[in-house]
Amino acid sequence: MMKILTLPLITLLLTCLASPLNAEPFVFTAIPDQDETQLQQRFNKVAQYLEQTLNVEVKYVPVKSYTAAVSAFRNNQVQLAWFGGLSGVQARRLVPNSMAIAQGVEDEHFKTYFIAHNSSQLTKQDTLPEQMKDMTFTFGSKGSTSGRLMPEFYIREQFKKSPNDLFKSVGFSGDHSRTIALVQAGTYQVGALNFKVWDRALADGKIDLSKVSVIWETPEYPDYQWTIRGDVNAKWGEGFAQKVKQALLDIKDPELLKSFPREGFIPASNEDYAPILDTAKNIGLIE
Amino acid sequence: MSPPSPQATGIRKLSLSFTLIALACLFFADTSIITTNPWGEVGNIGQGLITPSFTSPSTLLTSLMNTLAFALIGVVFAALLGMVLAHFFEWRVVRISCAFIRSIHELFWALIFLQVFGLSTLTGLLAIIIPYTGIFAKVYAEILEESDQTALQRLPIATSRWSSHLYARLMPAWPQLVHYTQYRLECGIRSSSVLGFVGLPTLGFHLESFFKQGYYSEAAGVLYLFIAVIALMRFWAKKRYLLPLLVIAFIWLPFQVSVDTDLLYRFFSHDILPAPLRQEGPLTMGSWSQTLDWCILLFKDQILVGSWNTLLLTQIALVGSGITALLLYPLISPLFFTQRKRTVGHLFLITLRSIPELIFAFVILLITGPSMIPAIIALSLHNGAIIAHLIGRYTEVIKLRADSPTHGNRYAYEVTPRIYKPFLAFLFYRWEVILRESAILGILGIQTLGFFIDSAFEEFRFDRALFLILVTALLNILVDSFSRSIRSKLRLSTSPEAQ
Repeated sequence: MMKILTLPLITLLLTCLASPLNAEPFVFTAIPDQDETQLQQRFNKVAQYLEQTLNVEVKYVPVKSYTAAVSAFRNNQVQLAWFGGLSGVQARRLVPNSMAIAQGVEDEHFKTYFIAHNSSQLTKQDTLPEQMKDMTFTFGSKGSTSGRLMPEFYIREQFKKSPNDLFKSVGFSGDHSRTIALVQAGTYQVGALNFKVWDRALADGKIDLSKVSVIWETPEYPDYQWTIRGDVNAKWGEGFAQKVKQALLDIKDPELLKSFPREGFIPASNEDYAPILDTAKNIGLIE
Repeated sequence: MSPPSPQATGIRKLSLSFTLIALACLFFADTSIITTNPWGEVGNIGQGLITPSFTSPSTLLTSLMNTLAFALIGVVFAALLGMVLAHFFEWRVVRISCAFIRSIHELFWALIFLQVFGLSTLTGLLAIIIPYTGIFAKVYAEILEESDQTALQRLPIATSRWSSHLYARLMPAWPQLVHYTQYRLECGIRSSSVLGFVGLPTLGFHLESFFKQGYYSEAAGVLYLFIAVIALMRFWAKKRYLLPLLVIAFIWLPFQVSVDTDLLYRFFSHDILPAPLRQEGPLTMGSWSQTLDWCILLFKDQILVGSWNTLLLTQIALVGSGITALLLYPLISPLFFTQRKRTVGHLFLITLRSIPELIFAFVILLITGPSMIPAIIALSLHNGAIIAHLIGRYTEVIKLRADSPTHGNRYAYEVTPRIYKPFLAFLFYRWEVILRESAILGILGIQTLGFFIDSAFEEFRFDRALFLILVTALLNILVDSFSRSIRSKLRLSTSPEAQ
């Protein structure tokens, strides 16, 4: 009985598998670095804008992690992505001829904040405080530039030790907002995160400064950027990559810019991110 | 008083030694508790739980449908494949392959297929079908082995292999096979939901997002919906609804997967080769010796510490699950509570086993601070609730004498001793499952093998990821064969007929 009925089902399955695809849309994604739940809604507006400006069908697909964004880009399931510094470097290493085309105005001068629970009695200083050692510490996502790469680099530079050897325990909260929540609760004594996420949470009144505060900020480094695959011109016509770049640079609508959140976009190039690549090699995240 | 039988002594020794091992592990594990002021955040979670919110019900319903569709198709296919393999389970190669494919957690399967098929229906289905086939094959084979063999022994010699399987082996075991498959469907729904954590469009996707962002009311909404679907399973997961549901599931899921052979080829011929081999090519001596160095380094830096932590966590959580199960099973047993009270008990157990361990662990992490404790508690409660459910149901067939003791005495001297053997059998089944799940909790930052696997995926080092997955699989196979030998030595069985 079961077997007789599975046959039509398999046929159905195969028909579905073989059904022709529509003309493929131009697809982009963004790393889920904050307010993941609202990404879909926000980036759909960006998709609409690009669709009108570029005259091709544009789709946004949400992803769950930095890795998923890079994989989708590598597998040509998305052709354009809003990456972090590190994920962008990883993606461009995996996809030859892909290029960074635009970054946020703020991304030239990005920073990481080290934050501490006030019971740790750490205060704001010019360097990372010596008393940090043997405390508990949390990064953000393992693949984050501001939540992992840069803080790890500066920890190693100052203490000449790996975070594992320096701290009593090292966690990965997975997300900048969660880093704030965990340090504010005192679960971890110290944490490191994207300064923009902190500033926004502070403005939104989500931070209790009597419990958690910034104790050090890193020097500036380049971070987020738009990266496009090198083979888009072959599919959407000569000069398509340039058109996308221009469309991004032309975004002036504050409503759209809020999605990122950035004040505007400026041109970027692969070379701008050489410091990130060197840092990643330095701490052994990339061979 | 007669002296205890050798078997009873064996069981006592076994329980005692596993408890001692777990205590020793506790000594080595990091179990420090650091709390400062978690109550603000815990309060927010609590408030979320009592004020669930169902914003965008259409998204929720869509992801609920996806969850069920993945689970149904995945479990049905795996059951059919598992049944075929169960008939060949006396072949060593089948046994080992099944042990291998089920030793890799569905999340890791999903992460692998994500590289090849992207975020697609196929990825989700394969991530369920593959490990579940291994599980079905094993359990079906054991059910067939333990069922009534009378018919099989009376068959004429010339009976063909398939006829004898169908009529003399399958039929006597049918009710148990069906029962087990229904139970697996519940596990399938859980797995399908958890696949959302890596991006498939199931309930877990939203649960994790909401939870991570601190939208606890919305997270509670997703969780309650999920619990409701599982609690109501006995009304909708019926044999006669199976086919219509399956057809709906097939129509529902989008199947526009274009299998990209280039990606497949790249993954197998490039991505998963150890880095030195990939860079230098397999033809030079140098690349092979570098590959050896690569393995040794990985072993020293990650495999040793990863296996150590994985085993510590597993052994503690195994005993923790056992204790939890023994404490909780009376909640759903007719020997202790009336039907109405048991409904509450059932709901409680369903809730415990439906909350994904990762989320459980995160809440405990807030309270206890970072150590192995959150993972231990999360695994013990989750698995304990599952075993409690299984042995609680088991007590339904126990008939007590009219003058049997009541309350505490009935629990301690009458029922618990009688269910102790099947309890151990269930617990040892669960051993490899706990090991598999402990790997997943590595994502919390405890350096289990899963922690390193997750890191390798994050760093796009698929060579490392695969090597570590193979080590994890090996560890699983070892634990499984050890558990199998303990079960057969002490004749521990989960089916009432075999007692």
